[in-house]
Amino acid sequence: MTPIDSFEADEPMMRSIERPAWSTRETSEGAQELSTRVETDSPALGRESGAVLRLPDGQVLDASQIDIDRPDDETMIINMGPQHPSTHGVLRLMLELDGEVVLRTKPIIGYLHTGMEKTGEELTYVQGTTNVTRMDYLSPLHNELVFSLATEALLGVEVPTRATWIRMLMCELNRVSSHLMWMATNGMDLGSTTMMIFGFREREMVLSFFEKTTGLRLNTNYIRPGGVAADLPDGWEDDVAVICDTVLNRSFEYDDLLTGQPIFRERTEAVGNLTAEEALALGVTGPLLRSTGVPWDLRRSMPYLAYDELEFDVVVGTYGDNFDRYAIRLNEIRESIRMIRQIVEKMPAGDYRVQDPKITPPPRGRIDSSMEALIHHFKIFTEGFKVPEGEVYVPIESPRGELGCYLVSDGTSKPFRMHIRGPSFVNLQVLPLLLRGGLLSDAVAVISSVDPVMGEVDR
Amino acid sequence: MTDISADALADVPLAAGIGVDHIAFPARSAYKSVVASLRDAGFEMCADLCGVDYLGHPGRALPDGVAPERFEVVVNLLSLSAKSRVRIRVQAPEADPVVDSIFDVYPGVEAMEREAYDLLGIRFAGHPDLTRILMPEEWEGHPLRKDYGSGRVPVQFKEAPGPR
Repeated sequence: MTPIDSFEADEPMMRSIERPAWSTRETSEGAQELSTRVETDSPALGRESGAVLRLPDGQVLDASQIDIDRPDDETMIINMGPQHPSTHGVLRLMLELDGEVVLRTKPIIGYLHTGMEKTGEELTYVQGTTNVTRMDYLSPLHNELVFSLATEALLGVEVPTRATWIRMLMCELNRVSSHLMWMATNGMDLGSTTMMIFGFREREMVLSFFEKTTGLRLNTNYIRPGGVAADLPDGWEDDVAVICDTVLNRSFEYDDLLTGQPIFRERTEAVGNLTAEEALALGVTGPLLRSTGVPWDLRRSMPYLAYDELEFDVVVGTYGDNFDRYAIRLNEIRESIRMIRQIVEKMPAGDYRVQDPKITPPPRGRIDSSMEALIHHFKIFTEGFKVPEGEVYVPIESPRGELGCYLVSDGTSKPFRMHIRGPSFVNLQVLPLLLRGGLLSDAVAVISSVDPVMGEVDR
Repeated sequence: MTDISADALADVPLAAGIGVDHIAFPARSAYKSVVASLRDAGFEMCADLCGVDYLGHPGRALPDGVAPERFEVVVNLLSLSAKSRVRIRVQAPEADPVVDSIFDVYPGVEAMEREAYDLLGIRFAGHPDLTRILMPEEWEGHPLRKDYGSGRVPVQFKEAPGPR
């Protein structure tokens, strides 16, 4: 008998039908919360711990190993968030503490859920990038890129070389700005307000360039199916060169400020250790996975765009602790700058979007003189273009890890299903593991080093 | 590059896809064992798991021997060593939308299976903590289902001016 056959609908497999008796009745999360020991029987505690606390090799923690009989008055459950300055948004953690030591952790998410996947089904492919760009608000261009690549894969459209290289340039600049933002908030979480000011100062340079190119600092809606929205502005090479020089020079100031600083090292070294087996079992990607020594970067391992034509190093760590994750992100800023300089040198001439009248709106100038162009423009922006039936999963390397887009088309101009695999959503699952047995004060540092962006977690 | 998934997918209907070695369509009863044998074959990571509600789009292309059902669970597996991907699509009928949880094989799907349950109402037998994850616990219905009424719940923001 298979497990499915043995399953009976009456069996209380879900705990969500009615609010459990132990619930505080003060939140809307009910069974999603961490329950106290005294109010939980042994099997329930074992089951919950199995989900919340995990051991390496993909093994679920054995219920018999948990200190179930421990009296409740020895431990304390506290809420951290959803309104907490170091949870980077609206992440809520329920922590069970024994003094200052964290025993159990449960992340509770959904406070920023805005139904973007559902919204995506009601927008056309033309409008879709406006929606997805708001998911991971620190790297909007990567969101747009993954959606556009998925749409183009279904369409079977080949994007001009210049568009590909512009996309690469913008995405690497976005990676720099995202990592700078991380350096800033991480410094802030560890008490270095100087780093916060520095990080935001440098990030602003990149955002100014985005504003000049796309018209917006954030949520740019610049990369669209078929290419990019506009060509690079005049003199972009000089702007990019200034950004590269300034950020690179100042990244060495961060070394002086943080890397060698004893207090910073004490707080980050050997804190929140992760092994490669644990990371792989939990589906962790990005700098977290690389910090464990796994050289996995989709730009190198499964190249997309034209990353195979660039020279760059994949930065890996050794111990998988907070310091490794810091060092990886700092060095990825430098690697990105190295890539940006090559892109500026090799930027090909040509068109910035595909000249396919089905996908590309006519140029503004022709709308005033040609009736057909006006109709065509109107049709693209009201009805959108039809995408052939099919389904595709496209992954790219966002600053936080593997950002995937699973797109199902039923042949109309709107996606039948649009699913985004948010790296933060998956990476967040390591928190119970990283925090277990650590100090509460380190929890702030560990959350920061995981770099969750709640817009992408909750979507 | 050798096809490391060939043995594990020997008896499973297959299709070709963009960016993946195979798209596999195992039966619901064989789903978990196929995933487990793929993991043993070298697919170290489950990159993504999501559900799809095919209500209103039943005529999708499926290989011979696979009967379309309303729900589908889509799993994207990744092999870092072989640099290859395999996609698995399992059919789940409307009357009984239950598939095995693959939490024992890949603990990283814990949140993803909860998301599929929360948004589509697909249940995962054997999942240790199948609660809602994004929606509030007392929410009625599963928003990503195609027959879920978007805009059904009137939203009144506090202090919003009334109809004029």
